[in-house]
Amino acid sequence: MSILIDENTTFIIQGITGREAVSMTREVLDYGSKVIGGVTPGRKGRNVHGVPVEDTVRAFTERERVDASVVAVPPAFATDAVFEAIEAGIKLVIIVTERIPRKQVAQFVEYADQHGTRIIGPNCLGVISPGKSRVGGVGGAAESTRRAFQPGVVGVMSRSGGMTVEISNALSEAGLGISTAVSIGGDAIIGSTYAELMPLFDADPATKGIAIYSEPGGQSEAQLADYMRSSGSKLPVVAFMAGRFMDAMPGMRFGHAGTIVEGRADTTAEKIARMEAAGIRVAERIEDIPRFLKERIG
Amino acid sequence: MRLYEFEAKEVLRRARVPLPKSVMARTADEAAAAATEVGGPVVLKSQVLSGGRMKAGAIKFADDAAAAKAAAAEILTITVSGQTPTGVLVEERREVVQEYYAAVTWDGRAKRPVIIFSDMGGIDIEEVAEQHPEHLSRTHISNLAPLSDYQAKVAVSRVGVTGNDLGPLTRIVAALTRVFVERDMTLAEINPIGKLADGSFVALDSHMDMEQEARGQHADLLRSLGIPDEDTRMARPPTEFEIAGAKVNDADTRGIAGNITEFDGNLGLIIGAGGGSLTLFDAVQSAGGNPANYCEIGGNPSVAKAAALTKLVLSKPGVEKIAVMMNVVSNTRADMMARGIVKGVIEAGFDPAEKIAIFRIPGSWEDEGFAILRKYGVEFVDRSVSMHEAAARAVAKMATT
Amino acid sequence: MAMFIRVDIDEAVQGDEALKKNLVEACPVDIFALDGGRIVTVDANLDECTLCDLCIQAAGDRVKVVKLYRD
Repeated sequence: MSILIDENTTFIIQGITGREAVSMTREVLDYGSKVIGGVTPGRKGRNVHGVPVEDTVRAFTERERVDASVVAVPPAFATDAVFEAIEAGIKLVIIVTERIPRKQVAQFVEYADQHGTRIIGPNCLGVISPGKSRVGGVGGAAESTRRAFQPGVVGVMSRSGGMTVEISNALSEAGLGISTAVSIGGDAIIGSTYAELMPLFDADPATKGIAIYSEPGGQSEAQLADYMRSSGSKLPVVAFMAGRFMDAMPGMRFGHAGTIVEGRADTTAEKIARMEAAGIRVAERIEDIPRFLKERIG
Repeated sequence: MRLYEFEAKEVLRRARVPLPKSVMARTADEAAAAATEVGGPVVLKSQVLSGGRMKAGAIKFADDAAAAKAAAAEILTITVSGQTPTGVLVEERREVVQEYYAAVTWDGRAKRPVIIFSDMGGIDIEEVAEQHPEHLSRTHISNLAPLSDYQAKVAVSRVGVTGNDLGPLTRIVAALTRVFVERDMTLAEINPIGKLADGSFVALDSHMDMEQEARGQHADLLRSLGIPDEDTRMARPPTEFEIAGAKVNDADTRGIAGNITEFDGNLGLIIGAGGGSLTLFDAVQSAGGNPANYCEIGGNPSVAKAAALTKLVLSKPGVEKIAVMMNVVSNTRADMMARGIVKGVIEAGFDPAEKIAIFRIPGSWEDEGFAILRKYGVEFVDRSVSMHEAAARAVAKMATT
Repeated sequence: MAMFIRVDIDEAVQGDEALKKNLVEACPVDIFALDGGRIVTVDANLDECTLCDLCIQAAGDRVKVVKLYRD
């Protein structure tokens, strides 16, 4: 089993003719994912690596089942693309685009909630259920992706796309493997936080443990700690906390848009304390993550 | 990006929020003239991008121009949380009978703006929330429904305000909410709102933060406030090295090779991507290393850009070696990075084998990358060596040279 | 100076106008350019070569991409 996507997931890529989207298309096809189309206004009738291009999302949803869409359009057009996907009835929208203003993100996230659509991202690399499908470029070239993401028992959630791959690779090398890895995005407001994805992992029989990558800024870690206390979740969770050096540098921005220490609650020290109080084990090194999980999974 | 109090108040003035009369002064002499212009007793407030002014002695009172001049001269010498004031706001001094707190900010969990209002203004709002929760209201507003004054009215009314006070307070909070939404703020706060003896209300202090990503959309506002594009409003102004780093990144649009922050160590870092850089910087410090810089490489930058970044880091006085490290890469290519960094080292006049302490960029196109590194004798590791282990090896090399 | 990549163009290419045009357009990093009707390589762009092989797909064995680090 897996969460969000499996071998039957069909999806389209909005902005498919862009430079990065063209290579993403090649990579997901090589991985065996079911990309059934792409949207770029004005390019109807073309194809990208054999994938047909249309002007609108509805051109696909009116004739076949579309489970998901990857939004890979420039920031100025991203919000429009997300609204179009939600209106067309797509229930999973994964937004790769970076630098979408927070207000617009909040608008389409609220709209998605009203329509029963799940948003992943923005500013993410996508979702992968190893051996089944990946929706988005996470992992890069197919061969490298297969090596870093071997099928297994750990659910991964990460605010950093790159660290999604690094942590999954460590779990694969340690023989634990991945059930589903989700690059949740690095922005201050995202469609799905750790705590919002946890119920899916809790309900997935294949997932025996959770690894998360976290950073300074935002309330996602506190929200996860609250979830672990109140939900009765049985899954062992190991968190890796990056950016510890930032605690001493309030007001300076590093890394992602959501990564800044503005108050005490943003610091890594505070987040680590909250997570540990909720039974989440916090690792200091990436290589500790599989070790700590093995102790709990057995 | 944070606005100074005088800028935030100008934004409020344009939104028709009532304010005490005030004049901005950059020097003690200007402060004296400002006090005369304002007339009567004044309060002089240091203009810094930080709280804690009262505690630091950077807010003073004066009854005439001569006293204002002396007070301003002193305030201008006081740093607050390490910041030198950009000036002094000279403001009419008003006697207040009650203080209120109003703010609009993002609630990251609800993913909506929240209006926070209290009839216990002027003190630490966290303390009010913990000790007097009945005096504080939190009112979420929809991102999709039209902005309407009733939302502010609900926020004000929830703490028990009614009668003649409800209307004027609602108008102030509604105006603040509009500023927050329309100007892409991450925080818009008035603390305190003062109720005067005659029953009217004024905004006595204000703190606003605009979302960094939205600066471009509000260029008109920022220009009209006199804020130049290069004013980053970080906790400290950028150094020359950091400005040069921004130029490297802007030289071409392919990928990112920049976001440089200067530190004073001897180990130059070429690291990436966003989360990987945070992880690796921690790893170098926890291994006892002294980074010369923070930076981020990602999105597959051009060879030329990676070379330019490498040359810049090597040009920094005191940099003895560089460590080149990333997480397992997806879209960034290990071979392109190897080309750019080796080229940068050679063009800077050094031997890559000697100058590169460690090279760890596993992932896409790593075999081609390894071939390049082998040819130039650079020590490299693959994904079987962790980020922390790679950082520790680089730090160990520094100790032996 | 290019340090990593050299591109050799066979003299036979010079007589094929369509191929010359195709090479200039196909390369994503502008390694080929026309100089007074002759096709040449642009030294400043050689090291940006992504090894995409589009030039080889267009020209067959009349264009060679040499990895200078693999000798």
